[in-house]
Amino acid sequence: MVLFGDTRMLQIVTPNQIERLYSRFTSLDRGDCGTLSRDDFLRIPELAINPLCERIVHAFFEESTEDRVNFRQFMNVLAHFRPINNKKENKLNSLAFKMYDLDDDGVISRDELLSILHMMVGANISQDQLISIAERTILEADLCCQGKISFEDFCKALERTDVEQKMSIRFLN
Amino acid sequence: MSAMPQQYVVADPGSIHTGVEVLQSDEHKHAPERYPLSQVDFERVKTPFIIGVWILSASIAKIGFHMTPKLHLIFPESCLLIVVGVVIGVVLFFGTNVGVSPLTPNTFFFYMLPPIILDAGYFMPNRLFFDNLGTILLMAVVGTIFNIATIGGSLWACGQTGIFGSPEDAPKFLDIFLFASLISAVDPVAVLAVFEEIHVNEILYIVVFGESLLNDAVTVVMYHMMEVYNEMGLNNIIVQDVISGVGSFFVVALGGTVIGIIWGFLTGLVTRFTDHVRVIEPIFIFVMAYLAYLNAEIFHMSGIMAITFCGITMKNYVESNISQKSHTTVKYALKMLSSSSETIIFMFLGVATVDKGHDWNTWFVVLTIVFCSVYRVIGVIILSALANRFRLHKLSRVDQFVMSYGGLRGAVAFALVLLIDEGLVPQKNMFVTTTIAVIYFTVFVQGITIKPLVKILNVKRASKRKPTMNERIHERFMDHLMAGIEDIVGKTGNYNVRDKFKRFDNRFIRPLLIRDLKGAEPKIIETYSKLTMRDAIEVMRRNPSTIGQITGTESMSALFRNYTNNCIGGSPSLTNLDNTCSRNLDMHELDYNPSKKDLTDAKIHHLLAEELKPYRRVSSKMISTFYNKVKKK
Repeated sequence: MVLFGDTRMLQIVTPNQIERLYSRFTSLDRGDCGTLSRDDFLRIPELAINPLCERIVHAFFEESTEDRVNFRQFMNVLAHFRPINNKKENKLNSLAFKMYDLDDDGVISRDELLSILHMMVGANISQDQLISIAERTILEADLCCQGKISFEDFCKALERTDVEQKMSIRFLN
Repeated sequence: MSAMPQQYVVADPGSIHTGVEVLQSDEHKHAPERYPLSQVDFERVKTPFIIGVWILSASIAKIGFHMTPKLHLIFPESCLLIVVGVVIGVVLFFGTNVGVSPLTPNTFFFYMLPPIILDAGYFMPNRLFFDNLGTILLMAVVGTIFNIATIGGSLWACGQTGIFGSPEDAPKFLDIFLFASLISAVDPVAVLAVFEEIHVNEILYIVVFGESLLNDAVTVVMYHMMEVYNEMGLNNIIVQDVISGVGSFFVVALGGTVIGIIWGFLTGLVTRFTDHVRVIEPIFIFVMAYLAYLNAEIFHMSGIMAITFCGITMKNYVESNISQKSHTTVKYALKMLSSSSETIIFMFLGVATVDKGHDWNTWFVVLTIVFCSVYRVIGVIILSALANRFRLHKLSRVDQFVMSYGGLRGAVAFALVLLIDEGLVPQKNMFVTTTIAVIYFTVFVQGITIKPLVKILNVKRASKRKPTMNERIHERFMDHLMAGIEDIVGKTGNYNVRDKFKRFDNRFIRPLLIRDLKGAEPKIIETYSKLTMRDAIEVMRRNPSTIGQITGTESMSALFRNYTNNCIGGSPSLTNLDNTCSRNLDMHELDYNPSKKDLTDAKIHHLLAEELKPYRRVSSKMISTFYNKVKKK
């Protein structure tokens, strides 16, 4: 699923930024084959210890059929995080949501939430505790009483958070 | 021995010696006086009694404002307190011979300022502060220096034209700059007092407030520098003095910060061991923060920065070490201390206004106010244009306006101007009068108008609330996500740095400072236990009888304790590490042997769920129908 047409993406990201990202892309590309594999990502030391490492890397490969990403796909994912000025767009949420929603059924189930919690909170917490946290979270967000968090619920729960602000990075020129 | 009795005879028994001593001496020499039925000895309790009366009258004044129907809506509290102070000052001035201003620099800097700053630092929204640190530092350091230079320069230039009196009378170059350095700094007390009431959005708040806290370093250095230069005389200053002046800025700022951070970590470490003596927990927080402040002041470093960073540092560790009750105590004690010292400061400011030594120089006063306001606006516009090049969230025109308009001057400037040595600066009285005028102008004119202006300009307001479970989790999720993306892009940004610090904190600092570690995400657990606690209390409040019936054997309070304990983390399940090996996500496969406690917990859990569900349903239905209506339109 392509969220942004290429032309649109080019409008927002300046040539400078693309150039800079391309040099980063080539430096990540150890095999010099113009594409990145999962291992190329995992070689970034900080990323490798990020609790969400797997999911983040997975997000890059979601749109491609093969197990490598080219520069265009790389840019497509990163374009989600550019700072936006007009408030109408609400696309940023969808990427985050999809990172929760592993089986792509449009809702975050308890187990999906639990596995994310497991990654983030780590090992010192008992499973029971995590379960009750997850249940509590779902109970709180779930407006349709289906025991799951749908995309609407997700947006609603985060409406007081400045998601655009939180999920943007300034690509240095 | 022979001199002693004589001394007692000479001395006036009423004023110097206590009653006991007088009795003893009298027994030696004279015929014994009869034991007095009662005594009046005001001298002995004078100081604490007067302090007590001040605090009492300030607090009563405060109650008074909030009882009046309209007054406190129109005026900020600080204005009203100053007015009351002036009234009391007038009464004291004409009615008694007390006449001395109670606001001396020492009482201000040692006893009244620290509680306010500690309160600010301890409840500082750390994340917001560090996210905007660049802008705050820019405004605090560059902005204040800019203001000092421009205000000082302009005032001096105006002085040369003879507008303040004949050129011989006009203040010298360095005197003017001494004055400029104390009048340029935005005051944390005044800013807090006004901004707390108007609730502007958090970014605006943190930028103005952070600036007022951090510019203390600049003020301390500049003030001290000008003072020393003044003693040396303009002609004796060599390049080396200027260079050490600039260097001392870094020493003062960084030294204060480091001292604060060290004391903050020490406080965390000490509270790790207080679980046996819960009652003294709050003491450590207050005393150690205060010592950080004094410690920085010993070395002439920025005490304000020291105590701010002490509060920022200790908070995370202390909060997870001390008990819930101690935490509440700390919170309320800090709020009480800071609000009463704020009240007293403003009242003293009013009292101190009524004084014989005023030297009103209309042009000097007017020009100072004009320059303060104009250069503040210019400085904010230039610096926010600079900051906006690097900021994600741009500072809009309205933001810039509120920032420049919120640049209030306050008691720090007043205390500093009182510190000036009259022998070196002959125009001290004029400076004092002008400082008071500027404070009045900013607190009254700007303080009163800022509230309606914020409404007219439609500035985004803050909504103070506790984060929900979803927000907590998803926000942490986004932090990790963004840190990962920054790693991929290869850019060292906020998220990246925070991520690194968190990892370091979790691996090295937290295990050292915190008694029982609750995993890598203490905030998530904390939010969870807070929310469950609130639910539990809510259920108890709504129908305590049901719980009593359900439990049967166990008493309500015992059950409640069980329940909350479990949530808050006193239960073994939290610390039990064996449980973690079962990473099975399919919950049906987990074998489950309920103990009695578990069963009770489950009961409560169901009870809670049932109690909460109806609420949810109603509200969710309402929301969804509302949603549909909006959509249809």
